[in-house]
This record gives sequence, C-alpha cells and structure tokens, in this order.
Amino acid sequence: MPDIERLVNDFVAKLSKRKVEGSQATSRLTAELLRSVVSLQRLPPTNSAAVLIEAVRGIGVKLVAANPVELAVGNIVRRVLHIIREEDLSLLTSKTSDLALSAASDDEGTIDQDYDPTQSAAAAAAAAKSFLRPPSLHALLENMLDKAVPSNNYTSSSGGDSEEKSKADKLARTRKLKHDVIEAINILIEDIDTCHELIAEQAVEHIHQNEVILTLGSSRTAFEFLCAAKEKKRSFRVVVAEGAPRYQGHALAKELVSRGLQTIVVTDSAVFAMISRVNMVIVGVHAVMANGGVIAPVGMNMVALAAQKHAVPFVVVAGIHKLCPSYPHNPEVCLNDMRSPAELLEFGRFSNCMEFGMDSGAPLQVVNPGFDYVAPELVSLLITDIGGHNPSYMYRLISDYYSADDFDLQGRIHK
Amino acid sequence: MVGKKGGSKGMGAAEDAEEELARTPLQAIILADSFTTKFRPITLERPKVLLPLVNAPMIDYTLAWLESAGVEEVFVFCCAHSKQVIDYLDKSNWFGQPNFSVTTIESHNAISAGDALRLIYEQHVIRGDFILVSGDTVSNMSLSQALKEHKERRRKDSNAVMTMVIKQSKASPVTRQSRLGTEELFMVIDPETKQLLYYEDRGDNLKGYLSLDKALLTDNTSISLQNDKQDCYIDICSPEVLSLFTDNFDYQHLRRDFVKGLLVDDIMGYKIYTHEIHSSYAARIDNYRSYHTISKDIIQRWTYPLVPDVQFFGNSATKLERQGMYRAPEIKQSRSSKIGPFTVIGSGTSIGNNTEISNSVVGEGCSIGSNVTIEGCYIWHNVTIEDGCKLKHSIVCDGVTMKSGAALEPGVVLSFKVVIGRNFLVPAYSKVSLHQQPIRQDSDEELEYADNSSGITESPSVSGTLDLLNEEERPELHDSQEYEVGDGGVGFIWLVSEAGQEEEWRHSVAPIPVDKLVAIMQISNDEVDLPNEDGAFLPPSGELGPDSITNDSNEDAEDIRDDSVIFEREVEATFQRAVEEDVTDDHVILEVNSLRLSYNMASADCAGALFYSVMKLALDAPHDSPNELYKNVVSTVRKWKKLLKYYLPSIDEEIEVILKFEEMCLESAREYSPLFVQILHHLYDQDIIQEEAILDWASEKEGAEESDKVFVKQSEKFIQWLKEASEEEDED
Repeated sequence: MPDIERLVNDFVAKLSKRKVEGSQATSRLTAELLRSVVSLQRLPPTNSAAVLIEAVRGIGVKLVAANPVELAVGNIVRRVLHIIREEDLSLLTSKTSDLALSAASDDEGTIDQDYDPTQSAAAAAAAAKSFLRPPSLHALLENMLDKAVPSNNYTSSSGGDSEEKSKADKLARTRKLKHDVIEAINILIEDIDTCHELIAEQAVEHIHQNEVILTLGSSRTAFEFLCAAKEKKRSFRVVVAEGAPRYQGHALAKELVSRGLQTIVVTDSAVFAMISRVNMVIVGVHAVMANGGVIAPVGMNMVALAAQKHAVPFVVVAGIHKLCPSYPHNPEVCLNDMRSPAELLEFGRFSNCMEFGMDSGAPLQVVNPGFDYVAPELVSLLITDIGGHNPSYMYRLISDYYSADDFDLQGRIHK
Repeated sequence: MVGKKGGSKGMGAAEDAEEELARTPLQAIILADSFTTKFRPITLERPKVLLPLVNAPMIDYTLAWLESAGVEEVFVFCCAHSKQVIDYLDKSNWFGQPNFSVTTIESHNAISAGDALRLIYEQHVIRGDFILVSGDTVSNMSLSQALKEHKERRRKDSNAVMTMVIKQSKASPVTRQSRLGTEELFMVIDPETKQLLYYEDRGDNLKGYLSLDKALLTDNTSISLQNDKQDCYIDICSPEVLSLFTDNFDYQHLRRDFVKGLLVDDIMGYKIYTHEIHSSYAARIDNYRSYHTISKDIIQRWTYPLVPDVQFFGNSATKLERQGMYRAPEIKQSRSSKIGPFTVIGSGTSIGNNTEISNSVVGEGCSIGSNVTIEGCYIWHNVTIEDGCKLKHSIVCDGVTMKSGAALEPGVVLSFKVVIGRNFLVPAYSKVSLHQQPIRQDSDEELEYADNSSGITESPSVSGTLDLLNEEERPELHDSQEYEVGDGGVGFIWLVSEAGQEEEWRHSVAPIPVDKLVAIMQISNDEVDLPNEDGAFLPPSGELGPDSITNDSNEDAEDIRDDSVIFEREVEATFQRAVEEDVTDDHVILEVNSLRLSYNMASADCAGALFYSVMKLALDAPHDSPNELYKNVVSTVRKWKKLLKYYLPSIDEEIEVILKFEEMCLESAREYSPLFVQILHHLYDQDIIQEEAILDWASEKEGAEESDKVFVKQSEKFIQWLKEASEEEDED
C-alpha cells in the first residue's frame, strides 16, 4: 500500500512541522486523509471491519505522535473508528435480521435454523439497542458484555451457506462496509465544514441588545458567532483582549471593525479592570476535555477567573471536533505547547543575557507556553454544533461520538 | 488548505511569497564540509555535519529548515568522509522526500569553499537564485522575505549578486566571546539601501583601530558602521556568484576572499546587500564553543520548531518537562538520581543511583553508573560511564567508556571509542583520540590552505592538515605505543602547542576562566574610544578615517611593516610556485593582484616584491662566480620580463624597484652588490627600467647620507652616460 504510506507520510510531515494551523483545518485534513485510507485499504472478505479498524488505528497513532499538541487529530481518528464500528454493526444487524426473516419464512426447518432465530434475534436486539442514539449508560455496559456475540453469530450462520454464495456475499458486504464508511466520513467532513454556521445560528439566543462582550485572542468560531448576532440587527460592543504574545486579538479587532461592530482593544492585563462592565465572555478554545474543562490560548484562565469573580458568564464556543475523550490529567495528553521565546523578545537584544560561556549565575530563561487550562467549574456554557451544554454534560456527548474502545489509541498497539 | 484562523497574519504573507517562489524551483547548496580543522580530532572519524547536536545530526537541522523554508532542490556538496554523508542521507530517507529533492555532489579534491563552488558551477545544475549555506547551520528563519528583497533588487540592478543574512547581537566583547567564540565583526552598511560596503571579521587584530577607505565616505551620503551584528553565514546568491568563483580561481574562503574581493576590488560593479532578521534564529556551528551555545539555544527553544520534543525529522521525540528538561519516554532512571534543568536524556539510557546530571545532553543508549556527576557535558550515543566518574564541561563521543572513578576536567574532548582508565584524571582542554596526532607539516602550501579555509584566525602552528589529507595518511596504531590515559585506557592525548594553549579556552565548551574574562573586560574598557552602545553609530570621521594610520602610533607603524613583510613573503611564495609549476604569467598576475587587495598594498609594492622574488630566484640558481650570477640574472629576467613589465606602468614603480634592489644589495643579497651597475644596465637595456627612473633615483639620493650613496656612486659612470645620452637626444 505504498500510496497510503505516501499520503500518510506527507501529512505526518506537515503536522510535525506545524504547517497546518487551526483545529478545523487539521480536522478536515485528517478526515480527508482517513477517507482515502479507507478507500485505498484492501480488505479481506472476512473480518474486514477489524482489519480496517486496525489500519486506521495504526495511522492514527502516527498522526497523533506527529503533533501531540493538536488534539483534534486524535479526535477525528477516534470518530472515524467509531464510524467504522457503527457501520459494521448496522450492516450486521440488517444482515442478521434478513436471516432471521428468511428463517422464519422458510418452511423446511433444519437444525441450523432451529438454532439460528433465537441467536440472531438476540444479536439484533443487542445491535439495535446499541444503535439507538444516545445510548444509556446501562446500554453501554451491556454492549461491552455482548460484544462477542455478533461476530460468533455471523461466522456460525454463514457456515450453513454454500461456499460460493457466502464468498460473493462477503465481498458484497465488504464493499458495502467500505461504501458506508466513506459516506459517513463525508458527512463528518461536512459537519466540520459547517460547524461555524451551526454554532453561529445560536448567537441570537445568547447575545442581547446593548450588551458588552469580552473575548481574548482570535478564534474563527467566536468571530462568526459575534458576526451572526450583528447580522440579526443586534447592536452590542466587543472588548478584545489582544492575546499576547501572538497578538491575534489585533487581527480579530480589525475584522470585527470591518463588519461594523463596535470594538475596544485592551491589553490582556486590563481584563480584570474591564470585566465589571462586561455582560458575557465569549471565547474560542483549542480543545474541550472530557470533564468539561477547556484548553485555550494562554491568558484564558485569568479571564475565566476574573469572570467568575464578577459573576460574568464564561461561554465557550467550539466545534464538536474539538471535543476530546481524554481527561486533562491523562499523561498521554500533551496539554501545552512551549513555543519559541522569540515571540516574546528579540534574540539579538538579549544575547548578552544568554551567556552560557560563564559560570556566574543562570542565564535568562524565557518561557512561552501556548495554552492555558481552564477548569470546568469556571466554564458556564459550552456551545457546540448541536447546541449549548453544561460542562458536566460532556461525558454524554463523548459517549455519542466515540466508542470506549478507542479512548486509548496506543493501548492496543503496545499489546 | 490552511485555515485562515483569524489572526495567523504571518502565514498569509508567507504563503503569497511561497506561491511566487513556486514558479521557479528554489535551489540551495549545502557545503557538507567546513574545510576547517576546528573539530579535530572528532572529524578525523566522522564528518562535522553528522555530529549530533542535541541528539540529531547537524545536517538534519539544516535540511529540515531548508525544506520548511520552501526550498525544493538541495545539492549537498560532500568532500571529507563523503561516503558517510551519503550513506546517512540515504539511510535517513532524505533522498525520498516528495517536493524536496536532495542530490549529492562528491569530490575529493576540493580543499575550500571556493573549490566546491567551482565544481558545482562546472556541473551546471544551478539555474537561478540559490541559497548557500554550510551543513552546520541551525535556523528557523523564513526565507521568503529575504528572497523577495533579493529578487526585487535584482530586477532593478542586475549587479546585486548576493544578499547576506545578518542578525543583531549585543556588541559586548564578552558576549561575542562567550556565545560564539568569534572575533569582532565590523560591517559598514548603507542604512538606506542596506548595501554592504565593508566587511572585517578579524576584529581582534585591529587593536582598537579600524581604517576605512576615504572613498566610502565620499561616495555615500550616509554609512553606518556596525559592530553589533552577527554573520549568519546564510547567503542568497545569484548564479553570477558561481561564475565569479570560477573566474577568480584563487578565491578560497567565502568571506575572506569572495566578499572582501568584491567589496575592495569592485569587480564589474557587483554589489552585496544585507538582510537583517529579528525574531528568527540563525547561527552556524563553527567551533566547540558555538556548538555549546547553539545546543543551549535549541534546548531553550529559540530554534522552535526545531526542538527536541518536536519530531522535525527522524529524531525520536522526547517529552518536555519543567525547567527545560527533556526526557525520552524509554529511559531507566534510578529514583535517587537527580536530573537538573536544561538537560536532554535520549531514549534507552539508564541512570544509576545518586547520579546528578545538569545542563547536559545525554544521547541514546548510554549507561551511566551510580554516584556520577555530569555537569555541562555533551554525551553522545552508547557511552558507558562507570560508577563514581566526574564529568565537567566536556564532549564525549560515541562508544566511549569511562572506567570507574575517572574524571574529566573542563574543556576535554573524548573522541570515538576512547577508553579512560580507572581513576584517571584527564587534564583540562585535552583532546583524546584513538588516532595519533598527525605530524605537523609546515610546508607553505599547507599553511596557506589552512589559513584560507579556516573560519577564524588560528595560529598557524595549530592548524594541521586538512581532514581529507589526513584520512589518506591516517597514522596506524602501533601496539608498542603506550597509551597515556590510565590503567586499561585506550587513546592518545593530543599535544597542544604553546601558541594553541592560548586559544584553547576560546573555543572549548568549558566556561571562560575568570582571569580571561577579566582580561577581556579590561581590553574592552581600554577601548573607550569606541562606544559600545546599542545600535548603529557613525564614527567621528577623524578618528576612524584613513588619517588614523598616519598617527604617530608606533604600534600602527609596526603593523604596517609586518603586513608588508608578510605580503612580500606571500608574493615570493606565489612566484616560486609559478616557477615550479610553470604557471602562465596571467595567472601569476591574478594571484599577485588578489594578494595586493587582501593586504591593501600599492602596485609599487607589488613591483618591488616581484622584482625581489625574481632576483632571489636568480640568486638561488647554482653559480660559482659573479659572472655566472650575472648570467643567471640575465636569463631569469628574460624569462619574467613580461611579468615585471606588467607591474611597472610608471616611473614611480621603477624607482621603487631600484630602491628595492639597492636594499637587497645592502642586506639580504650582498652577492649582488658588485654587480649592481651591470644589472642596472641590463635592466635598462631590456626596457624594464627607463632612464628617467634611474635619473630620478640618482637625484633623489643626492641629499642622502654618505652610507646610502654607495650604489649611486658605483653607478656614477652609468648615470653620467645616461645624462649625456639624453642631452644628445635633446640637442637633436
């Protein structure tokens, strides 16, 4: 599969050189890559879903390692794995129910058939149960116990068919699986593309006339959100904290003004002074963790603390692709990106403070973390493509979009 | 496809520029050989570009940077250990990259950057503007801005052949010394056009005086003299640069010969410009000290994204922990061991009980025993350090074994596979290798090459031969030879000559000794005339103008005399080579011209020096009697007449020649003194010296002391005859 390898290596190189910026772009590219992986992957007639899952997982581990900071990559890989599992299951369900139907209609009962209906019915029930969305916690637990049943059932039921027929059947099934998975990934890509609009649609419900909104740094999601409210003839003011050291707030302020929004730029350190006049804080984030905490550009925790102090709602807008099934205390999660000190100060001007040639005293050390972690207690509301949620509801969304087997991508590989 | 995520303002601009560049593939030349001996003895066994820098070979940094900067075609010029370089590139997959082609050019004859570029020119692979770097450059700068400027200048003025990348650096002498171990660099730059007008990288020899050509001040409305800049050794060149190297085949060193040549010589009006970078990082590893500093800069993340915890190419990513500590995921570390800040531990390394490591880089697969102290060291891969060793500010190469209790004092370099015996203390600044130190060869030729090719002045006695030469005549290990590194140790301690000792502290990884620091500070305080303030300043012209040479400072006068003596010697050597190798006159003229430029001599000096060489040649030829000597002179002069004539365009030069001859007869070649008139007559007959010159010389000498007039008197008759002859002519 040299073609897949080349594609993957290309993307790994891009990721590791930090050439892809932004969660959305990264997610989209990841999903597109996995789509081509699925379509190019050659599948054996039996057990095709497992092979596909293994292939995607292997590539996923590589991608995550290439840029552990960008959590969206891992999220999309897990989403795709979840899609494969679901499609496999739904195929199986339709197949077994077909069999069950044919068995019931068939007059001449054999030993097999006597044994078949009960089994397949159970499997169908289990599959149907897990297929219903959202599953209850109980169903999730049950599903794990029942997991072995469908595959067993499948092999035993196919044993009864003639060789040729089953082969053709399997081929068709594999093709169908592939097709369905690709379809589902296409929907995923579409979701990623439209997440901004979906989030922005909810803007009018949150932003009211004559309010003052504070935001930090720059986020496309937050920008679209604010603009959508403006388009609905809401008039409000935006305070933009500049977001040192990258100063993306400057660019955001420029864009907001070009859309006719009243904008005030302040330094990050002036946030506390401003917060008492602010009605709501709306920010975009880097990732949403499973406990509802968020990873956001540096300085955000300070803003969240200030908002809490003055009881100002702290609203986070984030596409569902930013939802990460890991917890922030998980050692596998790379929470921060230590960026170049050059963003803070110019090397040349301080070169005399960095003399390693001398023993006397430690030289100047510059630390430039990229992100902050904001605890779930500080987050008032999380607005995603599918609506606003309390941080404590995240676990539920996670069980909708990911399957528990995939939380630890690396685990299986090491075994 | 890159998401325009609101504020990524830099990205947009970079993309546009990259698009523009995409039309012609951007090419780069990497010189995978520094043509110096700074990293001896390590470079006897492995080329410099493959030495690990924070656990990744240097060339990976250069290639990764070029790739991310949008370069599409790279030519790696390999010379010493070329096979190792090619093998490495092959093994590490650099050859198979999409949109980034790496081609190697191999040569074993090149002994300088100049030779390398001439060879590349012959291959006709460079089609447009290209980036010229050496394989030990670490940078994260974006080339698009510099390239754009370069191209725009080229459009306006096709003579702008090169753009040099420079970077600000604090002008304090301590900083310069402690950071990169380089000498003070002076540049004169036109503040508006950024044109480079003057370049002097041997600032330490200037003793506080800098002489600029008057023309600099008259030709330019404003100039700024800067000593707070650092040369990054990244050049954006036009294809003309290669042909210039081919035309001037005596250019060896990129800066010393080429840049200075262009600036002083005004060849075809070619111009060099500078581009200053601010927030990005760029530096070149030139010696052990810069190796140390740049390693620290990498650990401090100035080179982001080329840092140890990012997998920029093939390197195994480590995890960044607090206080700049990087640890690979698979290491065995005892609970009682302490790892200090700014330390990198490679994968597969095991660390024993109570061991302390701080400010160091430890490679992959090392095993470090208990109670070991490691401070400020660079330990490469698969090193074994037994219990109780103490290492301070040293470089330890692959496969070294240190038996228990051994210790390294600051500045030690242990080359590959050396074994240090039990409880042996390796003295400070010593270099230990399995290879014996090559016997010093002091032939002129060698010296010249070493001098031309080394990045920074090195006292000639330490600079040995080239890596390349050495590989061929690698000294064989004699079993009978006693190893000097303790009980059970294997390796030779290289001797450091006395002159070298002085230099050792400058270029080692060890911190600068306190007394040296004090000395540097002292010197800098003495130089109160030169303001060491921030930014550029315009010198008061009286102080730094050409007038300063004529100051009665004895030191200065001595300097000039020194220079002229060296110059004479160089010309003589050139001439001798010409005689031995049968070089044509044109080439000799070229070489002598370049010497003249580099020593800033007048053409009269050339004439004098050349004449001296010719006479010396005649004198050296076997002869028994003055008569035979005269015959020798006649034949030699006949042979080199054309050359001599070339340097005698006017009376002044001819007088200089006569004076020189006089001096010879008095001092170095007394054998000529009885023949003075004869030879003078002969020169006159051959039209080398005209009668006006002789007459002027005689009249000049009239007022001189008696002792000086010996030869005037000798040639009285001849002068008389000349006078009469001219009078006769006048009468006609």
